Amino acid sequence: MGIEGVGARVARKEDKRFITGAGRYVDDMVVPGMKHAAFVRSPHAHAQIKKIDVKKAQGMPGVIGVLTGKELKADGIGNLICGWMIHSKDGSPMKMGAWSPLAFDRVRYVGDAVVVVVAETKGQARDAAEAVEITYKELKAVVDASKAMDKGAPQIHPEADNNLIFDWDIGNADDTAAAFKKAAHVVKMDIINNRLVPNAMEPRAALGHYDKAEDHYTCWTTSQNPHVARLVMSAFYNVAPENKLRVIAPDVGGGFGSKIYIYPEEIVCLWASKKTGVPVKWVADRTESFLTDAHGRDHHTHAEMAFDEDHKIVGLKVETQANLGAYMSLFSSATPTYLYATLLSGQYNIPAIHANVKAIYTNTAPVDAYRGAGRPEATFVMERMMETAARQFGISPAELRRKNFVTSFPHQTPVIMCYDAGDYAASLDAAMKASDYAGFAKRKAAAARKGLLRGIGMSCYIEACGIAPSAAVGSLGAGVGLWESAEVRVNAVGTIEVLTGSHSHGQGHETTFAQLVNERFGVPLDSVSIVHGDTDKVQMGMGTYGSRSGAVGMSAIVKALDKVEAKAKKIAAHLLEADEGDIIIENGTLKVAGTDKNVPWFQMALAAYTAHNLPGGMEPGLKETAFYDPSNFTFPAGCYICEVEVDPETGMTEIIQFVAADDFGNIINPMIVEGQVHGGLAQGIGQALLEGAHYDNSGQLLTASYMDYTMPRASDLPSFKVSTSNTPCPGNPLGIKGCGEAGAIGSPPAVINAITDAIGSNDLAMPASPSTVWAAIRAAKH
Amino acid sequence: MSDVSLMVNGKRVSGAAEDRTLLVHFLRENLGLTGTHVGCDTSQCGACVVHVDGKAVKSCSMLAVQASGSTVVTIEGLANGADLHPVQAAFKEHHGLQCGFCTPGMIMTATDMISRHPEGLDEATVRAELEGNICRCTGYHNIVKAILAASKTMSKVAKGKAKQAA
Repeated sequence: MGIEGVGARVARKEDKRFITGAGRYVDDMVVPGMKHAAFVRSPHAHAQIKKIDVKKAQGMPGVIGVLTGKELKADGIGNLICGWMIHSKDGSPMKMGAWSPLAFDRVRYVGDAVVVVVAETKGQARDAAEAVEITYKELKAVVDASKAMDKGAPQIHPEADNNLIFDWDIGNADDTAAAFKKAAHVVKMDIINNRLVPNAMEPRAALGHYDKAEDHYTCWTTSQNPHVARLVMSAFYNVAPENKLRVIAPDVGGGFGSKIYIYPEEIVCLWASKKTGVPVKWVADRTESFLTDAHGRDHHTHAEMAFDEDHKIVGLKVETQANLGAYMSLFSSATPTYLYATLLSGQYNIPAIHANVKAIYTNTAPVDAYRGAGRPEATFVMERMMETAARQFGISPAELRRKNFVTSFPHQTPVIMCYDAGDYAASLDAAMKASDYAGFAKRKAAAARKGLLRGIGMSCYIEACGIAPSAAVGSLGAGVGLWESAEVRVNAVGTIEVLTGSHSHGQGHETTFAQLVNERFGVPLDSVSIVHGDTDKVQMGMGTYGSRSGAVGMSAIVKALDKVEAKAKKIAAHLLEADEGDIIIENGTLKVAGTDKNVPWFQMALAAYTAHNLPGGMEPGLKETAFYDPSNFTFPAGCYICEVEVDPETGMTEIIQFVAADDFGNIINPMIVEGQVHGGLAQGIGQALLEGAHYDNSGQLLTASYMDYTMPRASDLPSFKVSTSNTPCPGNPLGIKGCGEAGAIGSPPAVINAITDAIGSNDLAMPASPSTVWAAIRAAKH
Repeated sequence: MSDVSLMVNGKRVSGAAEDRTLLVHFLRENLGLTGTHVGCDTSQCGACVVHVDGKAVKSCSMLAVQASGSTVVTIEGLANGADLHPVQAAFKEHHGLQCGFCTPGMIMTATDMISRHPEGLDEATVRAELEGNICRCTGYHNIVKAILAASKTMSKVAKGKAKQAA
């Protein structure tokens, strides 16, 4: 490892523009002639649209156009779709209802877009939006998935009887039933995974520009995957054919999953730009974000775990109701199925598992993948069950886990996944040591003397990243492949551009991807540029989510670098009159091994482009492309330990210490990896203690601003103790597993296990706000 | 419409703005200073913090006409030419930013915080003072580290200057 190579703690190249205010986000973009859009949204959770009157709005100052769903339909713009087909256990396909980018006959959640107004200024667009008169006939709404299938519940889409989208099974029901029959102990729990709002700090935005002369569209959008946006908008929404549509995702201010999906607004801005003849920009305000960004989680689960006399797990039964909201968002069906139930084996040897998942429509915002996506829900089920079991058996939670750990690899679980490598005991040991687990009793006694309840809780998570291979996910219903592309361009002066289909919205790719190039060729980081986020520059890519950019995106770069290296060595061998097998690359120089003959990197590059003296038959230039399709998922895993103090008088929880011991395989930049863990932990702790999206029974979102939805603040969190161990992933050339979601996956059960340990009651819902904890303490006493 | 006249980042600027125009929108849209961000509608997130007459202010909670006559420093005006401000440098060195969206507000809040605490800062104070700034990426861990480090650097520089003056 050099000072800028793989494994080095390099400060980020991209930081300079962000710390000087020179970042370029969608809202910072200005196009000549650009005008502003405001959406008229449904104030009702469920209603028929009887009449839309736009006359008054059309006459307002500055108004350029007021457009409705009927006009959008007439222009052939398609419905939004879910791109992952799930079949119910009876073999029937999932029941997807229609989702028009602008509703024209019925609205199904508060925030459903109905009309768009385009005006000279943002203020004028909003003023005119308020003047649009829509007559609704209100219908009964349902917000709770557990009630949406009841008799008499409102029918949300005609396609989905009883609001049931699919009823899906995984595992083996007979084997599991047999295992339960001979079990010595059975642990049962009802578990709710609370609904969350992702809340990337940059609100979603779109700028659509139709160029009449070229009959060409450009869309600047806050996307984690601009190429997928272009594909979907071309193939399904009929906005424009791919060659007539350029999608640019410039600097994007966080995503956490919520910016994977294609939303109505970017489609409408492009269409409205053609309709009105002006470029159209829309930027969400925070309440629009709360109302319309895809939410996360919202699972209701009943789980039963069977153990033998020796406390070894013999079977697991899980039944989950997943609330998917009013419409099926782009990957909403995959989250509670292949990203959730396939992780229900946790870190443990479980011979028989059976899980049933029902996905259900409600009159709430669409729900889709949010940081971790299914894996936090699975981990919460498993790790609450393990902790509860240990308490029921009266044995140490660490020992119960250790007894059941998978210890030999590869390990085939009963729920599809084949774990390739790991050392779960190593993470557990590291976390117990770092948290001084052995000294906890003393600390608890000291807290008791202050009148505080001290508790400790752990969570041993496993997740799956870099979903792959494409053929396998295709067979499971995915509408896309999950490979990644890379192009490495060596310029004539030796500087290098790497074009990648991954997209950075905080992950630091401009630094880590360049470190990979530095490691290979020894060229300084400053001479390497990473190009991403523009469909005109990068041919195709699948974007960034599911911690795939390292394991999949960087592996594609490695493949392209292999090809560049091979050609560079051929050129150098020719220039140096040596055998290409004898050429080595060190510190930016191509050398003949064991001699002082060498050619600097830039001279070799120049030779490739002057083409005055190339090996016979070789094409000029030095540019290579690769597509990489992994052979398997990767399996990051680790152990988190949380220690809390609860004030029994107020129910207030303080996190005294949080330890994370992760195994991410090989690491490119430890500083960036630690940052990813910190951020994930904050989101997971936020879920456990503070965050929750609440609808009232009429379908109004009560938590639609930062006044009502509690975001984790600096004072809510401790500094974290993080460390990593390493069992390299055998499935990709870099041995990388991925680190983006672990913190959010592993932390909620550690926090809740700690609080329930402190208060001596196992019945505690998330978020464990002071009033919830206080009530749990009182309930346990009576 | 009203005339708004300000000193922004050392330059005198003026323009007409609707009475309802917020300072943040005047900075972004009239002056093109897009480093100051809008992250919420309710003055909680702090992405829009700038300095008005030497004090950290959420520029979404002030009208442009209210600010007229004031001296404003935005994130674009913090560095001294090519030399980063110590807080900017500390955010980079300690990885105190990821997506960068909250960063300008964080840095403007931090410089104000450090200048109000010449005696130095501790972790609890930094965390309490960050109440009005939300970050979704970093978990605050490295932001806190960066502010503490910048506070130390700046107090050393201040002591050095005081010594020179003496």
